[in-house]
Amino acid sequence: MAKDHPILTYSVKPPKGEAQVWLTAMGLAIGIVMVVGLLGLILKRGTDVFWPKRVVEIQLKEGGSLLGEIVLRQKNLKTGREEWLVHSGNKSKDDPGSAYRYVDTGEVTGTTEPAGVMKAKRMEYGDALFYPVNLTARDGASLRVSDAGFNEKLKALMKTGESERRQVEKLEKVEIGRINQKIQDLDNKIKVNPASAESLTAEKASLQAEYEKLAAQARGLHEALGKDILRCRLVGGEERDQAIGELIRIYEPNKLGFWSRLRTAISQFWDFLSEDPREANTEGGIFPAIFGTFVMTILMSAVVTPLGVIAAIYLREYARQGLLVQVVRISVNNLAGVPSIVFGVFGLGFFVYTIGSHVDEWFFSDALPTPTFGTGGILWASLTLALLTLPVVIVATEEALAAVPRGVREAALACGASKWQTIQRVVLPASAPGVLTGVILAMARGAGEVAPLMLVGVVKLAPALPLDTQAPFIHAERKFMHLGFHIFDVGFQSPDSLAAQPMVYATTLLLITLVVIMNLAAILLRNKLRKKYAAGTF
Amino acid sequence: MPALNPAYINVQDFNFWYGPKHAIKSVSMAIPECQVTAFIGPSGCGKSTLLRNLNRMNDLVDGVRHSGDITLNGTSLYDPSVEVISLRKRVGMVFQKSNPFAKSIYENVIFSLRVAGQNKKSELDEVVERSLAGAALWDEVKDRLHESAYGLSGGQMQRLCIARAIANRPQILLMDEPCAALDPIATLKIEDLIQDLKKEFTIVIVTHNMHQATRCADRTAFFYLGELVEYDTTGVIFNTPAQDRTEAYIRGLFS
Repeated sequence: MAKDHPILTYSVKPPKGEAQVWLTAMGLAIGIVMVVGLLGLILKRGTDVFWPKRVVEIQLKEGGSLLGEIVLRQKNLKTGREEWLVHSGNKSKDDPGSAYRYVDTGEVTGTTEPAGVMKAKRMEYGDALFYPVNLTARDGASLRVSDAGFNEKLKALMKTGESERRQVEKLEKVEIGRINQKIQDLDNKIKVNPASAESLTAEKASLQAEYEKLAAQARGLHEALGKDILRCRLVGGEERDQAIGELIRIYEPNKLGFWSRLRTAISQFWDFLSEDPREANTEGGIFPAIFGTFVMTILMSAVVTPLGVIAAIYLREYARQGLLVQVVRISVNNLAGVPSIVFGVFGLGFFVYTIGSHVDEWFFSDALPTPTFGTGGILWASLTLALLTLPVVIVATEEALAAVPRGVREAALACGASKWQTIQRVVLPASAPGVLTGVILAMARGAGEVAPLMLVGVVKLAPALPLDTQAPFIHAERKFMHLGFHIFDVGFQSPDSLAAQPMVYATTLLLITLVVIMNLAAILLRNKLRKKYAAGTF
Repeated sequence: MPALNPAYINVQDFNFWYGPKHAIKSVSMAIPECQVTAFIGPSGCGKSTLLRNLNRMNDLVDGVRHSGDITLNGTSLYDPSVEVISLRKRVGMVFQKSNPFAKSIYENVIFSLRVAGQNKKSELDEVVERSLAGAALWDEVKDRLHESAYGLSGGQMQRLCIARAIANRPQILLMDEPCAALDPIATLKIEDLIQDLKKEFTIVIVTHNMHQATRCADRTAFFYLGELVEYDTTGVIFNTPAQDRTEAYIRGLFS
């Protein structure tokens, strides 16, 4: 055949380059696998925290049994058998050990899912797993678990407890805090002007009396909270009294169907989003950390955007392009490679110790030696991160400016516009999408940064939010909580690391979600601008 | 009407360098008022450079220098008292590639007034209508003045740029190959427009299209390698040129 068709006798080489296609595809595949794997793990573990699990009673060979949720099943490399990580909760004042323990399946003779078991989230000592026995209310009512109306009464008592807890919180945080502030102000006045001490002492005494009254009120509420008692039987038969005022949420995990479990999960997730942390951050919500991260990132963007844009305009539009500008440009790019902790140290030395202490001297000398701005705070943290992310914005803006076509600039100049008018009215609007790309990158970098923040204002537990309803509303000097630092703190600084692990995943999930949401907002804005300035080059 | 000035723009022994490159060599010419003067010549002959010197657009390029002088109605463009911004307000320019701003049609037209600080709505409205009508675009866009200029066709965009250039009532209109990127119909429209505009403005047009020069221009200048070879009325240049090089060029022997 080949002889009849000489043209086909040439050996046909396969076209070159196919191998490279596979190589590039492999690069992408590795990237996708890594991203999907990491996000998938965080998503799974992060949402798992809120999903109510079945509680099993595990009968052990040695006798006795254990009540708990099986959190993890893994193979023990030493014994070769499967082992379970069981969350049994029930820590107490007398028994503060871990709420978790490993169980070797070789020791297990059987498991059951008892229907009557109840799970409770408590203000202190984490979760409790128990069989309810009876309850005694402060009004004298006493109901056994088998009595009609037990559950309703329990729910009603919890509701009272919740409102009393809120009252206590309001008393302690807001009202007593305000009086303390007034007393402190008086003390400062007396210190500045000792002559006025006599006239002010009376005022101080009346404040003191008011304080005592409020404190007594709070104590009374605390006592009342402990007066409704739920008697619980633990799995070993031991019975304990649990104050109903300390219960935050109860449910019977083995009786829940899919929808009620979903409802519980969503409600627990909402609590996590909206509440303050408890028990050294291992329980409760992370609202202050979300809020702190958000406010800090917004403040940082508000500082870094104008600064970066102005610097880039000078570098690209005004400065004579030469060796010096080139050196400056390279230096700015290299700033992006400086370890972030160095920025933290700089922020501490420059913003906190130098600028902050001078601000204190000039404006807050009354409060000295207690520093106001002379210590870490959200303002200094935002400024430090603004410096850290400045190169990103400068580089992106410079590129965006350079991409504005020459024709458009010449058109503006030919219309009699000055150089600044050209930049302001024509060049900057056309490069806005590119600038926003830089801001998006800066936000993503800044929101995830932890190391420098530890030096300039992040704390494990902040007493108040940086924005609130007390004048002057924006408290730029306050210390704040941050999701990234929260992950580090909960995951690596807490005494019960097993109890903290789920919180780490959930917090990570939220940090990523927050960054994604802020980025999406910026991307939407950018796309809108792009549409407006589309076809700027053709 | 006052008598027209036959030497409204006067180029006197003008030399221009881009760095080491001698782009314009000892050019002297007088451009009369309210006429269309065309610059023709092969690419790189210096015609665009000279045009861009008439509103000092070349100042923006690094490493340029010049000798000789250009006067506008008797005043030197390079006189230290001349402000380049006010000069550019008197000398409008239309570019080869249409370059509208990323703004509405309305804002594009009044850009030169906005930068001059003119913000009175009634006046701006009037300028928009007059300029767009002057650029033969009013009827096509009057219903969508506040839409983006990027929604226009290529020919409409170029006419919008002309409207923008005449909005501030300049005395001179410089056109740098205004039809190079346009189809024949759009080109015809702009050529008709040039005939209308010369009643009001002194027009200098650079073109590669010799038919365009014969159709529009009252006077034509032929440049070659930075020199002004021949400058006369369009009829003389195209029918009885004095120089062999001019004749060779217009017969298409080199380009």
